[in-house]
Amino acid sequence: MSTFTLHDVRFIEPEKTRNYLNEDYGFFSWLLTKDHKRIGILYLLSVTVLFMLGGFFAMMMRVELLTPEGDLLTSDTYNKFFTLHGIVMIFFFLIPAIPAVLGNFILPIQLGAKDLAFPKINLLSWYLYMISAVIGLFIIITGGVDTGWTFYTPFSTQFSNTHVFGVTFAAFIAGFSSILTGLNFLVTIHRMRAPGLTWYRLPLFVWAMYATSIVQLLATPVLAITLVMLMFERVTGVGIFDPALGGDPVLYQHMFWFYSHPAVYIMVLPAMGVASEVIAAFTRKKIFGYKFVAFSSLAIAFLGFLVWAHHLFVAGISVYSAMIFAFLSYFVAVPSAIKVFNWTATLYKASVSWQTPMLYILGFIGLFTVGGVTGLFLAALGLDVHVTDTYFVVAHFHYIMVGGSVMAYLAGIHYWWPKITGRMYPEWWARLAALLVFAGFNLTFFPQFLLGYLGMPRRYHAYAPEFQVLNVMSTAGASVLAIGYALPLCYLIWSLRFGRKAGPNPWGAVGLEWATSSPPPKENFHETPVVKWDAYDCPAMMNAIGETQNV
Amino acid sequence: MMLSDFPLFPEQASTVAGSVDALYIFMCIVTGSVSILIFLMIFYLAIKYRRGPGNEIAQEQEPPKFLEAAWIIIPFFIFMGMFVWGSWLYFRLARVPDNALQVYATGKQWMWKFQHPTGQREINMLHVPVGRPVRITLASEDVIHSLFFPAFRMKMDVLPNRYRTMWFQATKTGRFHIFCAEYCGTLHSGMIGWVEVMEPTDYQRWLAGGAEGSLASQGEKLFQKYACNTCHTGDATGRGPTLVGLYGTDAMLSDNTIVRADDNYIRESILNPQAKVVKGECAHGWLPLLGGG
Repeated sequence: MSTFTLHDVRFIEPEKTRNYLNEDYGFFSWLLTKDHKRIGILYLLSVTVLFMLGGFFAMMMRVELLTPEGDLLTSDTYNKFFTLHGIVMIFFFLIPAIPAVLGNFILPIQLGAKDLAFPKINLLSWYLYMISAVIGLFIIITGGVDTGWTFYTPFSTQFSNTHVFGVTFAAFIAGFSSILTGLNFLVTIHRMRAPGLTWYRLPLFVWAMYATSIVQLLATPVLAITLVMLMFERVTGVGIFDPALGGDPVLYQHMFWFYSHPAVYIMVLPAMGVASEVIAAFTRKKIFGYKFVAFSSLAIAFLGFLVWAHHLFVAGISVYSAMIFAFLSYFVAVPSAIKVFNWTATLYKASVSWQTPMLYILGFIGLFTVGGVTGLFLAALGLDVHVTDTYFVVAHFHYIMVGGSVMAYLAGIHYWWPKITGRMYPEWWARLAALLVFAGFNLTFFPQFLLGYLGMPRRYHAYAPEFQVLNVMSTAGASVLAIGYALPLCYLIWSLRFGRKAGPNPWGAVGLEWATSSPPPKENFHETPVVKWDAYDCPAMMNAIGETQNV
Repeated sequence: MMLSDFPLFPEQASTVAGSVDALYIFMCIVTGSVSILIFLMIFYLAIKYRRGPGNEIAQEQEPPKFLEAAWIIIPFFIFMGMFVWGSWLYFRLARVPDNALQVYATGKQWMWKFQHPTGQREINMLHVPVGRPVRITLASEDVIHSLFFPAFRMKMDVLPNRYRTMWFQATKTGRFHIFCAEYCGTLHSGMIGWVEVMEPTDYQRWLAGGAEGSLASQGEKLFQKYACNTCHTGDATGRGPTLVGLYGTDAMLSDNTIVRADDNYIRESILNPQAKVVKGECAHGWLPLLGGG
């Protein structure tokens, strides 16, 4: 048994085998597929296109902000671009990215299941997403929208003469895609785990997706209700939020953030799950404090529902309710801190490999930490009065969402790329891209903390001349970042044809997805696997598989 | 180092600016040192335990239990320190000193209008004396705006449906930025201006010029112009309830609730008379709706 190495870990693995990619050919075999892996690929293609669109809007904004005067775009165009950047990146990239691409592909395999619990509903989720994206694109082409992604009333209901109705309708539909994905994952995790795969043996990615799904299922309906009320008011003139009609605009902000704050956790919890997987694989070690990391995901999901009004500290709430929400906001920071410390501690006496997914995740820990601690600044009430609605906030949430979620998404894409495609990406290019992304990101967004404290408000098309130096730095960083993002697009496509064949377990990682062939067969496993090891328990898994193969 | 060319702080020009900056610097030091510690730990561990011949497989170790407890409890207490300091400051920012000078600010797409009780009106410009608390009553005529004075570390959203109050006390003379911080449409980034902080004597000189009567006397003219006084006579003979001595007292409404007749109540009763009807009065159907909102 000692002759066994991790690279041999497999259940049944003849080299030339059918897999989910060559099982079936043709257009409709993809568009009507019920295979979670193919749906994951459909999502991968769609979110990539939308990420590029959102990135285009960002790039245009950064170029405009090179000079203090508003000289490249008109004010209206600039306002539409930052609105569309937010809507596209949040509703069409960040929320679906990790759950719908990586979650769809990997989660059922990690559970040892043949598919998700409701394969047809899974396909329906993708169609809802696409309908919503097509409506969104149609609106962008026919004139766009200028309310900011937050659609604050009464601007959005009575003052903006852009396509508010269409865009909120698109976001409304995208919400159902998200709800159905969450529902599907929850049922799958509860009902379809392989024999022996108890809750405490689940990979931490599954725990993170479980927590995410709860938030998707419970918070997204509130967004749907809020958007319906907004559309209703805009079309019929019945007063809900507009004070001229007897409504209350601050009520809208409460309802909007009751979804949109938990939505931050929809974006970042899956990223934390990817981080745990990658760290375990590239340290060859169990995650330090497994249960703490698992339950901190649930704690974040729960506490995330109780902090929405921290977006409203200057918007018109009483000082005492502000105090309660500030207190709870500090509370939600604790489980995030637990994760960062546990990941760091996992490196102790580990076998750390500096391959690309790990580079992204080491970067992720650093950037997520910066994003997290600057959140502490914003929760300090008296300080928030000065920095809220400035570039400090912009920098803070980009550190969480781009430094956190996008870095982890790229880590996950690289980590599972051999599983998804059966091919290795080119390591040297990938490391270069990871470094460019990290450096470009910091150069783009760190100056924005300074800009924010200096008092530059967000959503400004033109700005005071003394802010120019920092804005030029930020735009320079964005150019580096754009190259960093373009590189993987090129070499990953290249690798589809020219990449080295990966084999079932190129990383020597532990987990059911590495115990099947790459790419996996349509039904994921030829035989239902039986799990006899704890998550990330390398020797136990090798023993268990050794026994089955020695039989 | 050319710090003047590369400032990290906006000018400190109010009594609270120093306190806000102190909290900011405290947070930078605490979170900065913890973050750097984490980064150094990651670098050290990832290099020391890098994979190589002889370190192919990690050494499994039972984690010492006290570590988890330590990094739950210690951060929690640090967070509570930040919470208490931040809340103390917030309360200080919310409490308006009694002797404050009154100014009225109105936000509308896309300009700031300031009015002084002595009658001066200014657009995108605000003159105030140094060393005296200034209280600003805020209203919006259309969407939500936010009045932001970076040099005073002060900001407040301006709502269309109620008055809000902010205050500052400038500590140095000069011109400082006024920004709109809540996105409000096309020229949001053009909704900017200057606050001019003056020596008290200069301020008195400025006040002496260019006003068309105090705000109260302007209000009196409007009260007559719109014929409010035909019904709201000063005694019980009028069709409307008397308004003499009303301000600041409690009024009993038709649904038996009691409200304080403050700025918000009076504004609402002018803009939307049906919203709160005083007990014993008919519906104010004949009152003209004066718009706004």
